[in-house]
Amino acid sequence: MESKSSTTGNRDNPNRNLHGSKTMMASHFLRALFRIQQTSTSSSSAGRSRRIRRAAYASMAYSAGTRRAWSRALLRKLRSRARLRFPRRLSRAATPQRRDMDQAQVLRKLVPGGPSMDDCKLLEETADYIRFLTTQVRLMQTVMDSISS
Amino acid sequence: MPIEMSSRRSRITDEEINELISKLQSLLPESRRRSMSRASASKLLKETCSYIKSLHREVDDLSDRLSDLMSTMDSNSPQAEIIRSILRS
Repeated sequence: MESKSSTTGNRDNPNRNLHGSKTMMASHFLRALFRIQQTSTSSSSAGRSRRIRRAAYASMAYSAGTRRAWSRALLRKLRSRARLRFPRRLSRAATPQRRDMDQAQVLRKLVPGGPSMDDCKLLEETADYIRFLTTQVRLMQTVMDSISS
Repeated sequence: MPIEMSSRRSRITDEEINELISKLQSLLPESRRRSMSRASASKLLKETCSYIKSLHREVDDLSDRLSDLMSTMDSNSPQAEIIRSILRS
C-alpha cells in the first residue's frame, strides 16, 4: 500500500493524489470503528456517534497528512482534544443578507485553518478539503451499506 | 489565535483566479451547478459554503446511523470478520 504524497500533479490530475489517501482513509476509519465498537457500552449511543464523527475527521486529516493547511489545522484540533465544531448558521441569521456579504469570510469559518489564509490559498485549500470530505462521506456510506446488508 | 492575513495578497493573475474558480465549480455536484446560470465569484462561493455545510451534516448523520447499526452488530459477525481480514492484508 503505497501512498502518494506528491502534490505537483495536482492541477493536471486532481484524482492522482487521492488514490493512496483513500486506502489510508479507509483503513484508519475501519480500525477506529472496531476500537469504538469494542470500547463503548450499549447505553452510550450518542457518545459512540460523537466518537465515530471524530474518527471520520481524523481519518480525513491523517490521510491528507501535513502537506495541506486544512489537514494540519484539523490535526491540531484533534490532538488538543478540542471539540470539533463547524458553524451551521451564520452568526447573524436573523438579519437579511446584505448584498455585499463577504462569502469568503463565511468560507473561512467552514474550512479548517481558514482564518489564516488569504483568498488565493483559501480557494486551493477549499478544493482539496471538498475532495477529501466527499471521499470520507462516500466511505461512510459504503461501510453502512456493507454492515446493513 | 492566528492573525488575519487576508491583507497579504499573493500576486495572482486574473487567469489564475478564473482557473481556481472553475476548478471549484467542477467540484460541485451537477445538481448545484445547474442552479447557477453564470458563475459569478460570489454566487460560486455561496454555493460552495452551502455544499460544505451539507457535507458536514452528512458526516453527522452517517455517524448517527453507523452508531445505531453498530449497536446491533456483534464483533463476531461475518461482516466484522471480513473487514478484519481486509485490514490484516
